[in-house]
Amino acid sequence: MAAKHSAATKRDSRTATPALKGIGGQASTAEALELDRLIHERVRLGIVSALAVNGSLTFTDLKDLLGATDGNLSAHARKLEDAEYVTCTKSFDGRTPKTEYSLTDRGRSELERYLDHMEAIIRTTRDA
Amino acid sequence: MTLPARKIPDSRRPPVALHDRAMDNLKYIRDTMEASASFTHVSGIGGVMMGLITFVAAFAAGQADGPDPWVTIWLAAAALGLTTATVSMFLKSRAAGVPLLSGPGWKFAWTVSPPLFVGALLTIVFIQAGLIELLPGSWLLLYGAGVVTGGSYSVRPVPLMGALFMLLGATALFTPPAWGDAFMAAGFGGLHIVFGVVIWRNHGG
Repeated sequence: MAAKHSAATKRDSRTATPALKGIGGQASTAEALELDRLIHERVRLGIVSALAVNGSLTFTDLKDLLGATDGNLSAHARKLEDAEYVTCTKSFDGRTPKTEYSLTDRGRSELERYLDHMEAIIRTTRDA
Repeated sequence: MTLPARKIPDSRRPPVALHDRAMDNLKYIRDTMEASASFTHVSGIGGVMMGLITFVAAFAAGQADGPDPWVTIWLAAAALGLTTATVSMFLKSRAAGVPLLSGPGWKFAWTVSPPLFVGALLTIVFIQAGLIELLPGSWLLLYGAGVVTGGSYSVRPVPLMGALFMLLGATALFTPPAWGDAFMAAGFGGLHIVFGVVIWRNHGG
């Protein structure tokens, strides 16, 4: 897991996200607004991040991990599902219903794009 | 009476810098990834298998004629149980494509190890001093302490199981030595199976 994340954070991101090119050291809120709002929200960012290093996680796993309520997690997961960032599989384990989430290729690439964006902001403001 | 003047918030105060927000977001992503990885480390199936091994050991220990065979049986069961736990955690993490000893894995190992080391040391001391009646309580108590501390990096049932182990261990230390095998069966057998099933069903195997 750490290796994956390390790879994500240490990725050579000298090529700035298009949104950040031409900032010239002056990062403004305009750039921030160009972020993927869907991922930017904390619970949704947590869901996507957790799924990026696990093949899949159950609803209970995510709820414990993020400290979210059933309704809150359910609503955020639904938004990610609608955007095709995650897939949801419902099954029965004996008589117990089981909901499992996993990250789609699209969700993974959007998370990588988000990481690029964060790194670009840090680099640009540090160099300013 | 004159009230002290309230400081008016400085509206010119700059908003939180983008740089700080970006750093905070990256930290949140990293922390979430590390915390979620701990889910893959503790195997419920492994717990059930350890419980079954304990039941067999408890039965065999009950038939043992003397302290030496009794200690040998329990030490063999402990070695087999630890091997089972390690292998099952390795298999579970490999199935999820996550290295066993990533950040949380190391933390788990480091926090579990000290009480287990103390347990091993006290086992030698108690055997040499002829105090084997203290072993079941000590084993349960120290194993529970390790599971509580290591479990802080894992899913909620794990530290809860550790606390129950400690409770059983503490009780065993103040009850007749003849109940030792029963406490061992209840803890290393019963608790492992019950919580193993909970983890197996709710936390991916």
